[in-house]
Amino acid sequence: MTPSIVDPIISCTNVTISYGTFAAVRNVFLDIPKNKVTAFIGPSGCGKSTVLRCFNRMNDLIESFGMKGKVSFHGQDLYGPCVDPVEVRRRIGMVFQKPNPFPKTIYENIAFGARINGFKGDMDELVETSLRRAAVWDECKDKLQESGLSLSGGQQQRLCIARAIAVEPEVILMDEPCSALDPISTLKVEDTLHALKQKFTIVIVTHNMQQAVRVSDMTAFYNAVEVEGSDGKVGYLAEYNETKEIFNNPKSKDTKEYVTGRFG
Amino acid sequence: MFTNKKRPWTEKLVDRAFIRMTAILASVVSLTVFGIFFTVGFQAVFQGDLSSLLPWNPDSIWQGIAAWNDEETFGVRWGAIPHFGLGFLANSSWNPVRNDYGALTPIYGTLMTSALALLLAVPLGVGTAVFLTEDFLPQKLRATIGFMVELLAAIPSVVLGLWAMAMLNGFLAVFTPLHTHLGWLPFFGTEPGGPNLAMASLILVVMLLPIITAVSRDSLNQVPMELRQGAYAVGATRWTSIFQVQIPAAISGIVGGTMLALGRALGETMAVTMIIGNSTNLSVSWFSPSSTIASLLANQFGEADDIQVSALYYAALVLMILTFLVNICAQIVVKRLALKYD
Amino acid sequence: MIATQHPLTASSLNYNPWAPRNVWNRAMNLLVGLFSFMAVLPLVVVILYVLYKGGGAITPAIFTELPPPPGLSEPMGMGNAIIGTAMVTGVAALVAIPIGVGGGIHLAEVARNGWFAQSIRFGVNVLAGVPSIICGLFIYALVVNTRILWGESFSAMAGSLALAVLMLPTIVKTTDEGFKLVSQELRMGSLGIGASRFVTITRVVLPAAISPIATGVVLGIARAAGETAPLIFTALFSPFWPDWSSGLGLLAPTATMSVQIYNFGIMPFAPQVQLAWAASFILVVMILAANLLARWLARFSAS
Repeated sequence: MTPSIVDPIISCTNVTISYGTFAAVRNVFLDIPKNKVTAFIGPSGCGKSTVLRCFNRMNDLIESFGMKGKVSFHGQDLYGPCVDPVEVRRRIGMVFQKPNPFPKTIYENIAFGARINGFKGDMDELVETSLRRAAVWDECKDKLQESGLSLSGGQQQRLCIARAIAVEPEVILMDEPCSALDPISTLKVEDTLHALKQKFTIVIVTHNMQQAVRVSDMTAFYNAVEVEGSDGKVGYLAEYNETKEIFNNPKSKDTKEYVTGRFG
Repeated sequence: MFTNKKRPWTEKLVDRAFIRMTAILASVVSLTVFGIFFTVGFQAVFQGDLSSLLPWNPDSIWQGIAAWNDEETFGVRWGAIPHFGLGFLANSSWNPVRNDYGALTPIYGTLMTSALALLLAVPLGVGTAVFLTEDFLPQKLRATIGFMVELLAAIPSVVLGLWAMAMLNGFLAVFTPLHTHLGWLPFFGTEPGGPNLAMASLILVVMLLPIITAVSRDSLNQVPMELRQGAYAVGATRWTSIFQVQIPAAISGIVGGTMLALGRALGETMAVTMIIGNSTNLSVSWFSPSSTIASLLANQFGEADDIQVSALYYAALVLMILTFLVNICAQIVVKRLALKYD
Repeated sequence: MIATQHPLTASSLNYNPWAPRNVWNRAMNLLVGLFSFMAVLPLVVVILYVLYKGGGAITPAIFTELPPPPGLSEPMGMGNAIIGTAMVTGVAALVAIPIGVGGGIHLAEVARNGWFAQSIRFGVNVLAGVPSIICGLFIYALVVNTRILWGESFSAMAGSLALAVLMLPTIVKTTDEGFKLVSQELRMGSLGIGASRFVTITRVVLPAAISPIATGVVLGIARAAGETAPLIFTALFSPFWPDWSSGLGLLAPTATMSVQIYNFGIMPFAPQVQLAWAASFILVVMILAANLLARWLARFSAS
């Protein structure tokens, strides 16, 4: 079921994630290829965001979070006892569902991450390059000293992408980055993704199947099943393959129904 | 079946009277504020009680004002403001024998105790608030600690004062080495031998802590989780995120809470009166007995008469204006700096 | 410049305990832990000290006897101050609650956000910031000095008025905020069946908002019971029982526990100091109980 991927950058081995006693997603085996865009799709509550967030240990912020199995990055266990989550996040960046610029100027929003990552070069240049690559430079080049909150929602989200790429991570995780955006901003963000693919590995969670088709090389379809003896649902990885295979030639019946819009 | 389909006039009357009554009750608040300012101001300008405002009173000030030029017969018994003018604020003598009054010593004491107390209470309070909003301890334990800090605010000032008096020797044991080693600093210049300004400041710290902690904790809790995640996602450590993202986002609440605490410190009376030594001699040293405006009022008002009473009201007016300004600033700061985040 | 590649050594993700940022992080963690400890410490120390010093002084006589004259050690009681505190605080609550709740209702239900409401809210904030000793001076000038209350000067009634001024902003605020928590649908439901505003507010909205208001009122009363500064020039003090036979009960100088702590605490006589501790004990226990009650009321409303 899982395609063989040579030299994966992130790989999950039998990952089960729970919040308190409630299991959110179970038994995930998954290899993320380098310098490709991998999309996570599936109905809500199937644990795709949960899996994404455990790639850069963002779930550490949730007190009841518990994980079994192994997530490795370049073959190194991300949840090993000696691992520094801060170090992990400097190499695996993230863009969130809701745009969350810091309450600082646009310039500072970019410079903040670079500075704490020990950036020594020309900050002005870095800010400009990052904003250009996130396709938001033209809209904010004249107001770099204004608050990041003064931008529109779509611009804020691209600012957040610029912020993420400014620290030069190897992987960028995107948790439904376009769900709060209008269609035009969405297209702009997707263009940005295409440009970024050359340098970064991108994992994107999306609700929008057309978006997955447009931007991704690989697609993982997650589904949820009822847990016996309780009214909750638990997510699992149903199918993972090249995007065109998932959408044109799905192996499982659930995948086929989902990608053709029968449920979800 | 329904007898009240057409509303009886009594019901309408009750309705209207009720609305009117609540309006009147609400006005009581504003009237009280106005009354306080007016009364304190009046007593600072005139000697004699409020009843001399009534025109039919034999001592009425209106008669006095009418007979302005005829000082021998009537004349107004002017109070402290006409007597001492603005010089009152810069005069450090408080001499009931010569009837020479100035509020410099208590003003210095008020500002110095409050400033010292804030200097210590702000880092302690904000630090505690950060501790209580981070995940260092399980949620239950943090809630308990938060509740305990809030309880501290409920302990009456006079009880803290009594406790501070009982702890006097403990305070002295801490202060004496400071004087021995750092005595060349003017603030540590005198030998601590009893109640003094530094002790009053420390007691104020205890009283300000809960205010600053509670307000800072609330505003830190309101910082959206997404912001913290955003900072973590670019590789910020816990403390980079706290200092550069969370505290700046919560700054309006923290500054507002600090101003609120300052207003409280300026007017705090009982604990300070019991532990500051109530001296009206001006001394720069923190280890000398001193007084604040509030402690001066508590200590002297009972035995004062004539112009001294008026001078005390003048001092009270200064205190009111100070706290009023601080509270206004607090409200403006909270509104101005409030993070516009939806 | 952009093309920096990360060196991928096997240990590069590992926690380096001596990296400056990690040292700084640990130091700050320790520091705020210490700060929190220092913030809780005074509460624990004060409460334990008061329980230890005051608890030992509690005897049945405390509640039934009067304090001894200075220099003597018999009798050891403060029944008059306990009654006095109850009296002064109780009357203050009776004055402040109707005004405060009524004013709060006006702010929340009638005026809402007009200029009148804004100016009243501003007044409430100013009043909340007025130092308590100034409330005492205000009532002294208004009531005590003018002998406006049937020719009497210092009296329990004057003390109550000073405390009422102090309690007023708290009560108005909690009422205002408590009413705002009540959903608009409830109001519309009541008005929709033809109920008058009076009936809607008093029979429908007030019961729905009663619990946060009660919480605020309990805390306000507890705070007022411990206030001293507004009372020293209004209720003054008295070594005797309130005199009900001559009808001067509320109109005579009255002892309260808080003023007793101040007056006796600074005296050089051991029995008086001991009574000050006993009064502290009773006040602190009362206030802790009120806070727990308020917490219970708040939880009651949450469920």
